[in-house]
Amino acid sequence: MSQIKEVVAPQSPAPDDIAVSARNITKNYGDVEALKDLTLEFPRGQLTSLLGPSGCGKTTLLKIIAGLLQPTSGNIEVNGKPVTGPGPNRAFVFQDFALLPWASVMRNVAFGLELRGVAKSEREDVAAKYIGDVGLAGFEKSYPHELSGGMRQRVGLARALAVDAKVLLMDEPFSAVDEQTRRKFQEDLLSLVENENKTFIFVTHSIEEAVYVSDQIAILLPRPSRVSEIIRPSGFRNKGADSIRRDSEYLDIVDNIWASLRNYVE
Amino acid sequence: MVNRPLVLKILSAVIIFGAWEIAGRVPVSYAFPTFFESMAALFRLAMEGTLFTAYVDTLKPLIVGVAISTFIGIGLGLWIGLSSFFDWLVSPIFIVMQAAPLAALIPLLVMAYGIGLTSKVFVVLIMAMPVIVLNTSSAVRHTPESIKEMCRSFLGSRLDMIVKIIIPAASPLIFSGLRLGISAGFIGAILAELKITPTGVGDIITFSRSIADYPSMYAAIFSIIVLAVLFLNLLERIEKFLFKGNDLGYVSD
Amino acid sequence: MKIYGYRLPAMSSLILWGILWEVVGQTGVTFFVPPLSDVLVTLYSMIGTTSFTRALTETGYAFIISIFIAITIGIPVGILMGRSRLLDELLLPWVNVFLSAPLTALVPVLMVLFGFGMKAIVITTTLFAIWIIILNSRAGVRQINRSLVEMAHSFGASPVDAFFKIYFWAALPEILGGVRIGTIRAVKGIIIGQLLISIVGFGALFELYSANFLMSHFWAVLIVLFALAFSISEFLAFLERKVAYYAAKR
Repeated sequence: MSQIKEVVAPQSPAPDDIAVSARNITKNYGDVEALKDLTLEFPRGQLTSLLGPSGCGKTTLLKIIAGLLQPTSGNIEVNGKPVTGPGPNRAFVFQDFALLPWASVMRNVAFGLELRGVAKSEREDVAAKYIGDVGLAGFEKSYPHELSGGMRQRVGLARALAVDAKVLLMDEPFSAVDEQTRRKFQEDLLSLVENENKTFIFVTHSIEEAVYVSDQIAILLPRPSRVSEIIRPSGFRNKGADSIRRDSEYLDIVDNIWASLRNYVE
Repeated sequence: MVNRPLVLKILSAVIIFGAWEIAGRVPVSYAFPTFFESMAALFRLAMEGTLFTAYVDTLKPLIVGVAISTFIGIGLGLWIGLSSFFDWLVSPIFIVMQAAPLAALIPLLVMAYGIGLTSKVFVVLIMAMPVIVLNTSSAVRHTPESIKEMCRSFLGSRLDMIVKIIIPAASPLIFSGLRLGISAGFIGAILAELKITPTGVGDIITFSRSIADYPSMYAAIFSIIVLAVLFLNLLERIEKFLFKGNDLGYVSD
Repeated sequence: MKIYGYRLPAMSSLILWGILWEVVGQTGVTFFVPPLSDVLVTLYSMIGTTSFTRALTETGYAFIISIFIAITIGIPVGILMGRSRLLDELLLPWVNVFLSAPLTALVPVLMVLFGFGMKAIVITTTLFAIWIIILNSRAGVRQINRSLVEMAHSFGASPVDAFFKIYFWAALPEILGGVRIGTIRAVKGIIIGQLLISIVGFGALFELYSANFLMSHFWAVLIVLFALAFSISEFLAFLERKVAYYAAKR
């Protein structure tokens, strides 16, 4: 019995429960239509994945929500307020980590706060907490080149958490690390979503990853970019990190998504 | 087991100096003193103090020229890197300056500014500045897009971007540009001394040549080369030390 | 740099500077800077004259010989250094020394040993160019992918074949880069040589014109020299680009 709800237009939960909404977003690069009239809503406190093959515009959409790119038309609202640029209510985690290679882990994690003018001792206290939270306690004085890929990404994550934004935007955060580290991260992400009262928007091209971590999956298809389905896996979320991957609903959803996506693989 | 590279370095030095000694004894030319003769002359010059006073004279235009080139050069380079208008306007000048044999301008400089410190400083300037400016601007332009974006996403101001992201990221290339600039400045300083008026070490060279005191001439030249090489090597080590983790400033592989 | 959405070509600001030159020259504010138009006219009239052609041939002749020597000695030495560790450890320190040393300081020695003529100039210019050629050739050989070497072995290639069919092409981008930089250094070297050693070729023209305050002639010669250096450099860059398509993927 499938508990997948397939809708073409998103359902609308009560407005209070929507943390981020993207309406009629179009983005053109010259002649190329990266996004066309895309509308999507992201419920508060949940993790929504943007899943799709390369070129479907998911990173573009994420950056528009972050305020790093301007849409050609359409608007974004976060907590009811329109978005025109980066803001303190959103934090970004980069695919290639974007750490300052000349700064220590401590400074890197505190960097978001440093840019906001928070005093040094205060921001280092906050940073120290999150460094511990992501499991890098003891590495405060290390430099990025001394860390493994997985550790570097954890620094990036700690930095994003340290600024305490309500919305966390993650751009394929685990694609640059090895498979084992990646699995561990996915498990950690589940507990993170549960414990932090934030809204997560997560871009990935891995179907298993999306189904594993998400409360809501938005499948994007390319040319023109559009939302083709929204899937809300339920029922296996609280089964424990290890059992999810064997749950039959999980496996069904993964297969179904692959079935609809395989035509779009080049 | 003794450090093999070191042993080979010493061995090659011995071979070269030995060849020098032998060539001097043959003699390859009446004007070719032996290695030991030259070293003796070097020692004597150093003891007499002539060498040091000479270096003070030689290094003056070099230091002044390099200092000016550094400040103005990095400043210009930053401006060019940050403003595409200024880049379009000014970089072609420096590109031309780098490819052109600017040594040809020396007689002109002498005519305009006489034979004193000013023209020598100018010589050092025209040799050193282009490479410093071009390296700096290139470094600024090649700041990885990712960390610039990261700065914007965390609400960094334009000033934050320049001071906390662009300049630190560009530092390794700026520093190596400085190293190249100083190297070119050395050439300029020597050229100025040999061509404009002999002072300092250039004077020792030309004077000893004119009285056929070849050991002293070779000694002076040897000392300049050693000095320049040691200094530039030192800079390279400092560069490696300061920018250990940087490579090209990228963290992701 | 864009104006109204049109991208301006890279060196086009030189046109602006040229206009500035013209204006400054016309105002006569300093006699060192004659109007650009005068310079260009002088340039045009100079090209056929005997003094100019003689300077050109003298300088060009010396230049070509120097480059030829620098290449024929530099590239093989670099390659050998790249392939033999012993040779590399013996020679590399010296190559680095001469690369960073102010070679101008050696010119008096060369003058004393080789006299005041063409020989000394050629040797000076060769010395200016050769070190970077050696270094780049060495780098080109060293970065040849191990698997290419193994592949050559596995198909039984003879050393000559391996060299000419594989290694040479694999190292070519770096070697060309080295030759290009070496050529620019050679241009500097030959002018420095001519200024210091004996006043022949273009060096002679520079001295002559500056001593007689013939500013337009002076700048004209400088422009010619620069144009020559620039064209050679661009030609080599063109060759480099031709092989660049595979450079990144070796």
